[in-house]
Amino acid sequence: MKVSIQIKQSLDGWRLIGTPFVFGLLLLLTPIFLMVLLSFWTQDYLDLNRTFTLANYKEIFSHPVFITLIKRSVNISLFVTALTVLLAFPVAYYISFYGGKRKSLLLFLITIPFWTSYLLRIFLWKIILGYNGVINSGLISLNFIQEPLTFILYNSNAVVLALAHAWAPFAIFPIYVSLEKIDRSLLEAGRDLGDTAIRSFFRITLPLAMPGIIAASLIVFIPTIGDYVTPKLVGGTEGMMVANMIQVQFSKANNAPLAAALALVSLSIVVLISLVFLFLNRKYLRRQI
Amino acid sequence: MASSSTAKIIDRNIPMVKLENIRKSFDDLEVVKGLDLEIGSGEFFSLLGPSGCGKTTLLRMIAGFETPNSGIVSIAGEEMTNFDANERPTNMVFQSYAIFPHLNVGENVAYGLKKLRLPKNEMKARVLDMLKLVDLDGLYDRPSYALSGGQKQRVALARALIMQPKVLLLDEPLSALDKKLREQMQHELRRLQRTLGITFVLVTHDQEEALIMSDRIAVMFDGKIAQLGHPQEIYERPVTKKVASFIGVMNFVSGEYLGKKGGKLHVRTSSLGEVFLKPGQMASDLQPGNVTLGLRPEMLTVLYSTNDNSENEFKAKITNVSYYGDMTYYSVEMPGPDDDISISMRNTVGRHVYSVGDVVRIGWGAASIVAL
Repeated sequence: MKVSIQIKQSLDGWRLIGTPFVFGLLLLLTPIFLMVLLSFWTQDYLDLNRTFTLANYKEIFSHPVFITLIKRSVNISLFVTALTVLLAFPVAYYISFYGGKRKSLLLFLITIPFWTSYLLRIFLWKIILGYNGVINSGLISLNFIQEPLTFILYNSNAVVLALAHAWAPFAIFPIYVSLEKIDRSLLEAGRDLGDTAIRSFFRITLPLAMPGIIAASLIVFIPTIGDYVTPKLVGGTEGMMVANMIQVQFSKANNAPLAAALALVSLSIVVLISLVFLFLNRKYLRRQI
Repeated sequence: MASSSTAKIIDRNIPMVKLENIRKSFDDLEVVKGLDLEIGSGEFFSLLGPSGCGKTTLLRMIAGFETPNSGIVSIAGEEMTNFDANERPTNMVFQSYAIFPHLNVGENVAYGLKKLRLPKNEMKARVLDMLKLVDLDGLYDRPSYALSGGQKQRVALARALIMQPKVLLLDEPLSALDKKLREQMQHELRRLQRTLGITFVLVTHDQEEALIMSDRIAVMFDGKIAQLGHPQEIYERPVTKKVASFIGVMNFVSGEYLGKKGGKLHVRTSSLGEVFLKPGQMASDLQPGNVTLGLRPEMLTVLYSTNDNSENEFKAKITNVSYYGDMTYYSVEMPGPDDDISISMRNTVGRHVYSVGDVVRIGWGAASIVAL
């Protein structure tokens, strides 16, 4: 009886995760496997040369343009992550500590940007930052400048700005949750033991909010490093990132194996940096159970 | 044990905590309604009352977490009404213990010492001493998530006491512990307070806890102090029916106060007949008319044999029996309109436990009665 119940339960479990499992297998692991395979082949004009070779990887690490793009992508996304988390923290803190009865309203307001598609929001940044855009024409009409500013669009600054804005809500929520979880009597205990507000922030609030901050960093970092649309639309040549190069290699340059190798190198970097974040998170979480 | 009582210095002439006409409201709700209180130096003082009576708010105003809307809070002779919690010579043991989860035991206890910038070895020595005092030897490096409820309680206590406060504030510190541990902690807190001579202010809704631990108790209802006194006074001479029924079990018998007769107060009841009380057993301003008499269950006796006798007695039918092992509680029917009253009897060798329906003789003495 007991055994049959166990079998039935494990069958139930498989039935439950079966569909997503197959889905994941087909749409996630298979493409990655094919990419790995592809990255060890070479493009021979219109045909694929299926002999195993490390040529693509050698080319990536010997060609400065690829290294530059990878470095820039990592730099931009790390910078976006830092900026987003830094800007998201005060918002999350305000809602958690001073939101009062308006907490759910404020959280709801944060989702408003999602009411428009991401592509449209990027186009709006072009309108705001462009040569004849809102900022330039505004500054000209106020006689602050004579010529439109050119450094605000089509470079990495514009990419950072657009990405930080787009990902802010994703950073606010995990930080907010970790702040909500802090028992307020801990802060009172800190005050009671002589802390000023600033000291207790650094000694209690910040360390206890760390799991949320790390989660927010991961959530922002992973997608931004591979972002393709934003640098394409507002990055210009100077703001080009590795994903744009991968796209170029796949389509215009017709060199899918090189693109696959490039994609896998980026993926490995993401995995590596994410592991560092996860390690930090575990270190903090272990102390807080 | 004898030496601990000599170490204790109670000087009520110097109030350690002085509250004058304190009022506090949250939005439109007045929680503390014009309250005066003086707590002596070295006293173990309890604020006792049901939840919502304002006792925790009062404690938080002493700690500096809340500011009264009006009135003055003085600590050790200095006015501190608008001082923040970090500027007051008070420390608190929180109901939830508020142990910092990201710090281990040693770091928790050392938390408040950090700003003194002591040399490392001196800091550690102080923390170790304090851990020893609260019986947590060897737990210096223990992470806080690996502590039991009782250990958390001791860490919270050590963390507060290491600051050498003039007043230690305890907000229902024992309510989350199981019965055995709670009783043990009650004794330990009392011992610590006697050894250290620090003024302790305890907030509790547990009347037994307040009676066991305190030098004095303030019973609070509805934002005001209903009665202030020593445990024995509060238990034996409650001033209102509300206080009487909040502290322990009290039987009530209705009667009519007829006035003084030969230096004694004459009350006529239908259940107990004519009762004569001494002036101390009744509020001085009581006017002739309806009155309620209160009797504690242990002040009544079941008379087991014909040889047993008492100052007064009556016969009654038992309506309920609760056997507790060491004690048996009987409910008996009263003649007249009064509710059944409860009698507690200690179970001794050979003493019979009666059953429901038995008719027994019950003895009582007028000296144990309070008129409310």
